[in-house]
Amino acid sequence: MSVEIAVRHRLGSFSLDAGFTAGTGITAVFGPSGSGKTSLINAVAGLFRPTDGRIAIAGRVLFDGAARTFVPAHRRRIGYVFQEGRLFTHMTVRQNLLYGRWFCPATERRETLGHIVELLGIGGLLDRRPGNLSGGEKQRVAIGRALMASPQLLLMDEPLASLDDARKAEILPYLERLRDELGVPAIYVTHAADEVRRLAATVVLMADGKVAAVGTPAEVLGRSSLTTR
Amino acid sequence: MFALAPEELTAIKLSLRVALWATAGSLPFGIAIALLLARGKFPGKSLIDALVHLPLVMPPVVTGYLLLLTFGRRGLVGAWLADIGIVFSFRWTGAALACGIMGFPLLVRALRLSIEAVDRRVEQAGATLGAGPWAVFLTITLPLILPGVVAGMVLCFARALGEFGATITFVSNIPGETQTLPTLIYTFTQVPGGDAAALRLTVISIVISFVALLLSDYVARGVGRRVRGE
Repeated sequence: MSVEIAVRHRLGSFSLDAGFTAGTGITAVFGPSGSGKTSLINAVAGLFRPTDGRIAIAGRVLFDGAARTFVPAHRRRIGYVFQEGRLFTHMTVRQNLLYGRWFCPATERRETLGHIVELLGIGGLLDRRPGNLSGGEKQRVAIGRALMASPQLLLMDEPLASLDDARKAEILPYLERLRDELGVPAIYVTHAADEVRRLAATVVLMADGKVAAVGTPAEVLGRSSLTTR
Repeated sequence: MFALAPEELTAIKLSLRVALWATAGSLPFGIAIALLLARGKFPGKSLIDALVHLPLVMPPVVTGYLLLLTFGRRGLVGAWLADIGIVFSFRWTGAALACGIMGFPLLVRALRLSIEAVDRRVEQAGATLGAGPWAVFLTITLPLILPGVVAGMVLCFARALGEFGATITFVSNIPGETQTLPTLIYTFTQVPGGDAAALRLTVISIVISFVALLLSDYVARGVGRRVRGE
C-alpha cells in the first residue's frame, strides 16, 4: 500500500510545500519545531484544507486541489495519535477504544479489542477513566483507539514528546510491536533522532516547510546537523 | 395555616407545569442558538446576541405586550397558528411561552459558556475516528456540555417559576388556566385578608426554588465528575 502526499499551503508568512511517498512500515517526518511537520500530517488527516496538492492512499484520492476533491476527515479512515492524547474524558478506556468501531463498516473491521488490548498491554485499564491514567497509559490508549478504527494509515504526532524518558522507554517497545505485527503504514512525526533510528524505515527530513532530504535513517541522520535536537 | 386551598394547589401545579414546559421547550432552541453564537462566524452575530438578551434587560411587561401583539389571536403569528389549532393567548401554553422566552437568555448564556469551554481538538479526534459532524455533536460535544445544560435548565426553570410581568400581560391571571404562583400571590396581596395565603405561597415558592437549586447542584456535581473523567 502506498501513500502519496503533496501539500502546498500558505499560513501568513509561513509556507508549506512538501511531498513524499510512504510505503509500508513507519515513515518518520523529522525536523525542528516550526518546520511544518504537524501541519503536513494535519492536511493528510483532513483537519484543514490545503491551498493545493494531492493526497492519495492506495490509489484512493482524498484530496486533489486541481480536481477540487476534498474528502472530510471522518471519511478518510486515517488514524491519528495526537501529541496530547485527546482521549474522551467522559468515557471509560473501553468506550474510548471501541469508539471508532461504531463508524467502521463491519466488513472493514480488522482489529479486535482483545488483540489491541494485548498488543498494548492495557487490559487492566479498560474500566478506568482517562482522568486518572498516567501519561504513558494515556498514550497507549490513544494508540489503541486509533488502531481500533481499522485505519488505512496511522499518523502519530510526537506521541512521546510529552513523556519523560522512563515513560518513553515504556512505550517504544509497543510501537515496535505494532510496526512489526500490523500491516498498517504509519507516518511518525518527531524531532527526536533516537526515535527515528529505532522505529523508522524511511525518514523525511523537513526544514522550513519543505522536504530537505529523504532516505534511510542512516543516510539522512548521518549527514544532518539536526540530529542533536 | 398550612392547609392549602384548592386554588392554591392548582396554582402550584400549574406553575410547575408551565416552568417545566418553558424549560423543555426552550432547550433545543437554546442549544442551537448557543452553538451559533459560540462557534458561528457571520455578520450580524452581535445583533442576534443582543436580540437573545433583550428579554433580560427589557421590562417584562414590554416582552408580554410584544408577545400579545405577535402571538395573540389577531397577532401576526398567532392568527396563522390559530388556523392550525395552536392557541397561546390566555392559555397555560401562552404562560409557558412567555416564561420560556424570559428564561431563554439565561439558558443560552450557560450553554454558550460550556460550549466555548469544549476543546475542539477532542472533537477533531472524534472526526479522525470516523464520526461525522452529527455523531461528534451527540457523542462528544453534548456529553461534555452536560453540566452547562443542567445549569442553564435550572436557571431557566427558576426564572420561569418566578415570571410575573410578561405572563400577566400576555395571558392575564385566569384561575386554573394562567394563574401561576406569582400571579396568585399578587392577587392575594390585593384583597383584604389575603395575607396568610400570600405568606403561605411565598414559603412554598422559596421551598421549590431551594429544592431545585440543591437538586441541580447534586446533579451537576455528578455529571461534572463523569465529564472530567474521574
